[in-house]
Amino acid sequence: MAVSGACIVLMFFMVSVLAPWLAPYDPSSIDLKQILMPPSWDHPFGTDPLGRDVLSRMIWGTGISLKVGFVATGISILIGMLLGAVAGYYGGWVDALIMRFVDVMLCFPAFFLILAVIALLEPSIWNIMIVIGLTGWMGVTRLVRADFISLKEREFVLAARVIGASDLRIIFRHILPNAMASVLVAATLGVAGAILTESALSFLGIGVQPPTPSWGNILTAGKDNIDTAWWLSLYPGMAILVTVLGYNLLGEGLRDALDPRLRGR
Amino acid sequence: MLSYILKRLVFMVPLLFGITIVCFTVMHLAPGSPTDMQTQLNPKASAEAKERLRAIYELDKPLHLQYLSWLKRLAVLDLGRSFSPDRRPVKDKIFERIPITVLLNILSMILILAVAIPLGVMSAVRRGSWFDRITSVFVFIGFAIPTFWLALLLMILFGVQLGWLPISGLRSLNAEYLPAGEAAWDLAKHLILPVLLSAFGGLAGFSRYMRANMLEVVRQDYIMTARAKGLSERVVIYKHALRNALLPVITILGLSIPGLIGGGVIFETIFAIPGMGQLFYMAVMSRDYPTVMGILFIGAILTLFGNLIADVSYALADPRIRVS
Repeated sequence: MAVSGACIVLMFFMVSVLAPWLAPYDPSSIDLKQILMPPSWDHPFGTDPLGRDVLSRMIWGTGISLKVGFVATGISILIGMLLGAVAGYYGGWVDALIMRFVDVMLCFPAFFLILAVIALLEPSIWNIMIVIGLTGWMGVTRLVRADFISLKEREFVLAARVIGASDLRIIFRHILPNAMASVLVAATLGVAGAILTESALSFLGIGVQPPTPSWGNILTAGKDNIDTAWWLSLYPGMAILVTVLGYNLLGEGLRDALDPRLRGR
Repeated sequence: MLSYILKRLVFMVPLLFGITIVCFTVMHLAPGSPTDMQTQLNPKASAEAKERLRAIYELDKPLHLQYLSWLKRLAVLDLGRSFSPDRRPVKDKIFERIPITVLLNILSMILILAVAIPLGVMSAVRRGSWFDRITSVFVFIGFAIPTFWLALLLMILFGVQLGWLPISGLRSLNAEYLPAGEAAWDLAKHLILPVLLSAFGGLAGFSRYMRANMLEVVRQDYIMTARAKGLSERVVIYKHALRNALLPVITILGLSIPGLIGGGVIFETIFAIPGMGQLFYMAVMSRDYPTVMGILFIGAILTLFGNLIADVSYALADPRIRVS
């Protein structure tokens, strides 16, 4: 399962890297003579309301979606690891405070928060990445905290303390590397979620702004032309589906492989 | 039981404060001052008029005092007035739309439960069979599918190509002239697609969770006892195993409330349903900050109370919780 996921992920990664050579047209080149053309040999995925080639836009959009997914997930992983490590290691009121904060943040529908913040700042790619990252760290925190709570009683931690290692060193050099398994799984699944969120935001018009191509904002045109241009709705969505599926398969496969309960067969 | 509810209520108070703090912080993220919109574009606004405006909004006071006076207004649910041309109180605009959103969410939850529980149970019972495998594939795709895309596809298929279902609004244009029975069916037709799509996301996760739960419960000793007593497999599964496997479902339902409320934004906008989510989207697009903040706050409060109800229901269902 992980292997098929990895294949899909790799494929999309290659597409995004090779975009300048793969895309038949410039994704921003407007050709008003070719507005809303259905799929043809010239334009395998048709054209959008401004005459731009959908296939090229989708190829370039791959890089955008992946970039947002990775950076946003990176942010939430970093926050999650830090907060989870501190909460799990120190316990006591620090732990209680951090977990209450997690509970408070979990009360907010993530989408509401993201939309509200992006309405206040404007919808640039960086803002989107940061906001998606800031609403996704809660799960990672809980996972890391759980790992830390169980790991900090182990002998190697005791041994490190005995030789006088500082708290910081113990956390980062000794315990954290052992907690990476769940973090890796969470990161992979997190990228999938971030891609979905980014495409939803772009679809609503508050994500990546045209002319920058994103799978979501091609779908916006699909909604507006729903009775005539079915190709604008079909293809970008399929791309999102397959990409997210790839990451999900990879994440689930990793989880099965790294789950400590299944180790030592 | 009562003490449990009281404990949970007390536990909620710091969360309530936390929510207000986060809302307050988000509100003050906006660059520039909230009065800019009303003054910058108006060349006739004198400097002292701007100062008076700032004093009215208490923007000249230090942050913590602003926070306290905002809290006082929140306590009476005074959420300010909308920036949109109708200038109505935000509270009224939100409250008149809550019932629709709540209806949508409740129907979605019912659909999720009605489909996911049987699916999960059957997958667990027939573990490894083709039914289980096909369901797993369906679940995986369900996790990966962008629901708004599915909405578009279904709208194209059922609304445009086949013309079976309407694709926008809650009622047809001639709804007032229809007799009661037809009007109810009209409402139902309009609700089918939104509810289906809203439930779709939760379906995949739920059925998988049910399956995992059932598998765990079936391994317990009391199931072995039940089988040893000679009870039919049917009774063992549906009467004993299922009841125990269902308990965590209540918690999961509670946890999925924010997702349903948030997801409502997309579906209410696509299907033009006049609920809280659509109001939120329109407010965001028009930068109607009081409404945006009001809905953010109300959304969080709804989630908080939803979790409270879920916890209390769990305590009602599982006597072990009450005793501990």
